[in-house]
Amino acid sequence: MRRPFDTMLALAAAIAFAFLLLPIVALFLRVAPNDLIGGLGSEEVRDALLVSLKTSAIAHVIVLLVGTPVAYLLGTRSFRGRGLLITLIELPLVLPPAVAGIGLLAAFGRRGLLGDELEALGVRIPFTQTAVVLAIVFVASPFYVRQAIAAFASVDRTLLDASRTLGSGPARTFRRVALPLAAGGLAAGSSLAFARGLGEFGATILFAGSFPGVTRTAPLAIYAELDRSFDSALALGALLVVVSVVVLVAVKALTSWTLFGWTSPSPSAPSTSS
Amino acid sequence: MAAVTFSDVSKTFPDGTTAVSDLDLETEDGEFMVFVGPSGCGKTTALRMVAGLEEISGGEIRIGDRVVNEVSPKDRDVAMVFQTYALYPHLTVYDNIAFSLKLRKEKKEHIDKRVREAARTLGLEPFLDRKPRALSGGQRQRVAMGRAIVREPQAFLMDEPLSNLDAKLRVQMRAEISRLQRTLGVTTIYVTHDQVEAMTMGDRVAVMRKGELQQVAPPQELYDHPLNLFVGGFIGSPAMNLLEATLERSNGGLSAALGDQRLSLGEEALAARPALKRYEGQKVVLGLRPEHLEDAALVTDAPADKRLQGEIELTEALGSELMVHLKVAAPPAVTEEVKELAADIGADVAAELEEAKGEQQTTVVGRFSAESNVKEGETTEVAVDTRALHFFDVESGLGIYDETKGATR
Repeated sequence: MRRPFDTMLALAAAIAFAFLLLPIVALFLRVAPNDLIGGLGSEEVRDALLVSLKTSAIAHVIVLLVGTPVAYLLGTRSFRGRGLLITLIELPLVLPPAVAGIGLLAAFGRRGLLGDELEALGVRIPFTQTAVVLAIVFVASPFYVRQAIAAFASVDRTLLDASRTLGSGPARTFRRVALPLAAGGLAAGSSLAFARGLGEFGATILFAGSFPGVTRTAPLAIYAELDRSFDSALALGALLVVVSVVVLVAVKALTSWTLFGWTSPSPSAPSTSS
Repeated sequence: MAAVTFSDVSKTFPDGTTAVSDLDLETEDGEFMVFVGPSGCGKTTALRMVAGLEEISGGEIRIGDRVVNEVSPKDRDVAMVFQTYALYPHLTVYDNIAFSLKLRKEKKEHIDKRVREAARTLGLEPFLDRKPRALSGGQRQRVAMGRAIVREPQAFLMDEPLSNLDAKLRVQMRAEISRLQRTLGVTTIYVTHDQVEAMTMGDRVAVMRKGELQQVAPPQELYDHPLNLFVGGFIGSPAMNLLEATLERSNGGLSAALGDQRLSLGEEALAARPALKRYEGQKVVLGLRPEHLEDAALVTDAPADKRLQGEIELTEALGSELMVHLKVAAPPAVTEEVKELAADIGADVAAELEEAKGEQQTTVVGRFSAESNVKEGETTEVAVDTRALHFFDVESGLGIYDETKGATR
């Protein structure tokens, strides 16, 4: 009984891994290391990578600055409607990116919900780099905020209480206690959100278009190159894989560091006598 | 150091539950006050209100002369010790202890001196560079104490600080905390559900039930003169035996009828509790402490009307004494208070009590001398020290003492 079952498990695992690895192996088999570096010489590729890194970085700063307080609020307070708010934050996770893009257009477009107000201020968002940033923020932020809520929620409440009775105000308690204790979880969420933002495609192309050097991010450039030269699309793809793998490894390292480094203290400490 | 005063304090949570109602209590300067009661009695909420971790819904809390209702926790100048210790896992023992001093921006040398002093007092010197996770439970507990001590606060607030330790260590830490509090002379409010801790540590003990203060008194007074059934049943281990009895007049004196058996109360019991006369012919709750029961074979002059008969269900030899569980043919007292006490011990005990209701049998625990030869299954005679009996009103649960109904002591 046992052997056929084990064989079946192994088989399923083999199929899964083969399927997951195949595209990546194919990519690198087609792209020689020289082409990878050569790709960086092409202006299109350089532009695309620069646009991607710049917009992702700006979007990420926004996600961290706004998302962290939101997560702290939702992770440490209980109030009516909290569950609803958390669900709202998760909404972009299940929304097809194309829908996100069209939604952003409907909100910030010239004839959108805020179109007149933005027009009056002389601000035009769609098809600019700002639009790329907004699209990334919209799609990637849940990856960070969700994890950050969990990280803050797992910080032992009594540690925050203790800090307050020991003489620090709420802001200092956040900085000196909550933030360092949640840091591992925050970093992991942050890496995931960054990776998701770097790969953003659907919402960006609808809301920001694909203008070389302005809104054409790396994923959009791969799509654009596909028509012209399969080889440079492949090179760009391979470059993105390298960046993604670096991010994934960083996430793994941070997560395990969190688990085996500092974690919340176990409430029932072993009370072996000293 | 300062007195901590509760004036008419109440706490209602947003969902409408009342955790504490009309609490009036003064903890004197330097006093060790213990709040005790079953879980959900409001003792921890009361403590958290002093710390500023819960808002005060009504009334006033003063630390010294200052009303602290609107004072933020960081400015109350109290130090709290938590059940789970609440040590910062990312800081060393040294930095944990120094935490509040660093917040106050005190001089480095001063901080160092104070931390090392506290570490020496608590025997933590070898561990100052360690992280809390590398410490045993008892050591963590000491670090939490150290963190509180270095603040030199107006009051210590301790929330079940020993409940996560094993039994042996708990006894040791109990003595250590008592000694420390006496040396420092800092006003302390100590919350526990363990009545042994309450009895051994407190200068005075406040017993709480369902958010209401039942009685505040020094431990021995609480034990000897419980104001009501709840206090009587909660304080003492093994717990007071509670039976339903009818007071009858016989031979010119009063006696308590327990089923078919009678205990003559004697002059002393009546003199101590003049109000008993008014209960003649009525039902009362009779409280028997285990140590007031003894194997009649070992008592030379136990009169026949101060004995009970029962079948021995179980004996536990503790070496120094013999715990005897015996079945007495008398109905158990089943009131709201008794049910709550049973529920606090465990759901099965509560269910047993519910079953026993209306039956004519009660299991009574006696603390016999170790010389007793009683065997399980035997029916035996038990001598009762009737001077030490307790009586409570069936309806109100109040102890029956003076002439004025419900009056104290």
